[in-house]
Amino acid sequence: MLTYTEVENVEGEAGNFNVTLLRKPRYIKEDKCTGCTVCVEYCPVKYPDQYNQDISLNKAVHVYFAQAIPLITYIDESCLYLKEKKCRICEAVCKNDAIDLNQQPVKEDINVGAIILAPGFEPFDPKVREEYRYGEFQNVVTSMDFERLLCSTGPYAGEILRKSDLKHPHNIAWIQCIGSRQVIEGGNSYCSAVCCTYTQKQVILTKDHDADAKCTIFHNDVRAYGKDFERYYERTQNLPGIRFFRSYPSIVKEDPVTHNVTIRYSTPEDGVIEEEFDMVVLSIGMNPPKGVEDMAKQYGFELEEHDFCKIDPRNPMLTNRPGIFVSGALQGPIDIPESVFSASGAGSQIGEMLQYRRGNLAKERIYPEEKDVSQEEPRVGVFVCHCGANIGRIVNVPGTVEYCKTLPNVVYAQEQLFSCATNSAREITDKIKEEGLNRVVVAACSPRTLEPLFRDTLREAGINQYYYEMANIREHNSWVHQKEKEEATEKAHDIIRMSVARACQLEPLQEFDLPVDKRALVVGGGIAGMNCALSIANQGHEVHLIEREKELGGIANRIHTTLQGLDVQEYVKDLKSKIYQHPLVHVYHNAKITEATGYVGNFVTTVESNKGTSSIKHGASVIAIGIDMYTPTEYLYGQDERVLTHLELEEKITSDDEKVTGAQSLVMIQCVGCRNEERNYCSRICCSESIKNALLLKDKNPDMDIYILFRDVRTYGFNEDYYRLAAERGVKFIRYEPEDPPVVEPGKAEDKRDVLKVTATDYILGKKLELDADIIALAAAVVPSAATKEVANQFKVTLSPDGFFKEAHVKLRPVEFATDGVYLCGLAHYPKFIQETINQSYGAAGRVLTLLSNDIVVASGSVCAVNEKQCMGCGACVEVCTYGALELKETKQGKKCVVNPVLCKGDGLCNTKCPTGAIQLRHYTDTELTCEIDVVVPDDEIMKQIDAAAAADA
Amino acid sequence: MENVISLNENIKELCKSRAAGNFGDVMVVGGGISGIQASLDLATAGFRVYLVEKAPSIGGHMAQLDKTFPTNDCSM
Repeated sequence: MLTYTEVENVEGEAGNFNVTLLRKPRYIKEDKCTGCTVCVEYCPVKYPDQYNQDISLNKAVHVYFAQAIPLITYIDESCLYLKEKKCRICEAVCKNDAIDLNQQPVKEDINVGAIILAPGFEPFDPKVREEYRYGEFQNVVTSMDFERLLCSTGPYAGEILRKSDLKHPHNIAWIQCIGSRQVIEGGNSYCSAVCCTYTQKQVILTKDHDADAKCTIFHNDVRAYGKDFERYYERTQNLPGIRFFRSYPSIVKEDPVTHNVTIRYSTPEDGVIEEEFDMVVLSIGMNPPKGVEDMAKQYGFELEEHDFCKIDPRNPMLTNRPGIFVSGALQGPIDIPESVFSASGAGSQIGEMLQYRRGNLAKERIYPEEKDVSQEEPRVGVFVCHCGANIGRIVNVPGTVEYCKTLPNVVYAQEQLFSCATNSAREITDKIKEEGLNRVVVAACSPRTLEPLFRDTLREAGINQYYYEMANIREHNSWVHQKEKEEATEKAHDIIRMSVARACQLEPLQEFDLPVDKRALVVGGGIAGMNCALSIANQGHEVHLIEREKELGGIANRIHTTLQGLDVQEYVKDLKSKIYQHPLVHVYHNAKITEATGYVGNFVTTVESNKGTSSIKHGASVIAIGIDMYTPTEYLYGQDERVLTHLELEEKITSDDEKVTGAQSLVMIQCVGCRNEERNYCSRICCSESIKNALLLKDKNPDMDIYILFRDVRTYGFNEDYYRLAAERGVKFIRYEPEDPPVVEPGKAEDKRDVLKVTATDYILGKKLELDADIIALAAAVVPSAATKEVANQFKVTLSPDGFFKEAHVKLRPVEFATDGVYLCGLAHYPKFIQETINQSYGAAGRVLTLLSNDIVVASGSVCAVNEKQCMGCGACVEVCTYGALELKETKQGKKCVVNPVLCKGDGLCNTKCPTGAIQLRHYTDTELTCEIDVVVPDDEIMKQIDAAAAADA
Repeated sequence: MENVISLNENIKELCKSRAAGNFGDVMVVGGGISGIQASLDLATAGFRVYLVEKAPSIGGHMAQLDKTFPTNDCSM
């Protein structure tokens, strides 16, 4: 990992790129700095904090942010020494000699086989247009500024304050589409795709901060198109004091005394209104990353019209230069899950390209053989860390070391300036050997970050890693008791005494190495399943592809073109032939899964298909079963053949059905079967699908009258350009409200021809409209596949409230399930476009390869174990286990619970349910925990208190 | 056959020396959420990765966000 580093030059070709890097001087020796931040305290320079959007001040030497990786300081250009050769205080206070003010930029050459470009995006700068008044009015902030204001590590420690008077704003307005959806100088024509929903998030969080806050959102369509977004939108709307206005507002003035900001907007009911707000948040969109043109030249890739990377719709991770891939927001304005799976997808494609050299450069660690010390008396060593000044300034560390030496079983104790420094860790290893230690306690910080490091230190010394115990005397002590030094020192003694007591009870535990079957199973042979299968197979793994129908292709068999003009049938045909020609892909048609058993790395799935009954062994499973389409019951569908779904319309346009292409007038109705109580989600693709059909029809018959009745037009991202194009070409967009939906009846037009009469309210004109339609097309909802529930049960995975498969984490793990070894891609996850599906299916393949390219998976040693004698076989534990790790089995002594240690995640839920204490989580057994509690208060102290209480009673 | 073995050994030796030098399999440019994910995946799948970030820390814009929608999970 090379931070604070720029790429200067790139030469060569796929498989062999020579890259020149420029490492900027941090003025800090990376290997010496421990991130103790004493230098920051003493630095006299205050300078706007870039991380906090320049709202608050930081020092010239500082850590970029509290959770930075690497967690070390750097010195920026505001340093007095760098500017005027003065000061050097930081050098004097650093106890680890980590400051080096003479550092120079260093050039470094590296050689790599492939490159992934993931430079992200640049938030839109509202200063480019004066009318936003950003930088002019003090209480106009961007959404990025507001994000920092909300955050507890932000400029005001989590308080939302106004710049003008540092008071809490109670009446806040958000203005949407700042820099997006506008063809003006400095603006972007596209929709930035995330602002609607992040604004709702900011509103909800603002209400958490201040329940009485009034929040107003000025928008042009609320684009809640993503998974669970519609419910989130509803949640925001239902909060008290929230108003949504569909209006283009303008910021008109700032009150010279109060610095409140006045906004002018209009509503159909009241006309133009001016209203004053305490604070105005500009919901800024996404621009291409800074310097993207230079970057394009440097790497030799092309840009598209909005200056994002030009990509191939059949493979959005490819650039035009072989060996250079693109992931994240350089593809266009996308949200976090897309950034994550396009990254995994780009990774998978590099895996395909560099398969021949996989593993060659990886280094394997070799540890000394483990000594069995379980029969020895505990010999505990305690290492007390100063953490620079973080602990040492509050807790008397030398005194604490002396105290440790008095504790039972402690045979060695010492202090360390930074226990986590490489030399300190080595010192621990050496002391274990020299002093014959068999248990180690490090009294320092939270185990969350450093426990793995210290466990490793024990392994280096040949001791079981579970003989390690961490006493947190920083977060739990010195940081929270800064003004109570004596009490803090006493508390440190208490914490360490408890840790030592527990350390003596610890058991050595073994981690499990499980072999991994190198084959994969992909369920579903649509675009998602086929792409995923191919990418896995191209990396040398056998793939079994299960398709329920006679033919591969899925829903894509019914789609002919995309909005961007991709020939879908040609594309699908190409995919199918690649699948059939691939020697490592085995296809099963008319297939049905009858049984699925096993666990990560070792699944067995039974399939009945055209090949008969097959029992397939595989290490990974991918679920890509796609979706079904809703069959409308509304608007005379099924009763009148002039009413079609949008997919049927597309088929008829493609086959040049005269009834459709020759129609005088065509009405499309959006949101049929979703965004309602029964299906409370947006099907995401229908707005663009309808606009695509409208444009195709306008190509064939420019005179046709086309009306689209919509609720919100959700053409997010670059699709916004097609919405604009459709409007320019005369497609009429008319909004309706769900309470007042359009009404469809057979009737006659003025020219006496038979038509369908569509009646709807026009909210702009404020009156009823009657449209004559020859054809009506319904944007029928995308619904979960009928097989979803069965497949979910078979693979022990869960569903979201809307009935689609539920991923492990909506943002960070979008292509895997909480169940290890099972992955997800395509529409089964949620409706999405073909391009998004391709990104996601490569992404799933990338994640599958992180499993299949290893020979073993390691399962933790800290898992549950059952004492069979105590187990009554009641099954209470089996019911609460989220991971299906527990099972009741018949034995000679009756039913007993059995733990599958591979599936157990060690959450301990079952322990609390067990009536006899038969099931215990190893490393957290009752004995280990109670002996820790027992030493909190010494026995005689307890007796004294009991006596005192008895005396008081008497 | 012996030649093949010695060739294999040579390759292994070569790889060892390359591992010590400035040779990698992949360079990932940008240490935001996308770059981090790509690097982790590739490293887990057996490749040596250089993750290059221009800022002093990895994390990108996501590290500046307070929470993420629609679950309001902490962004850190």
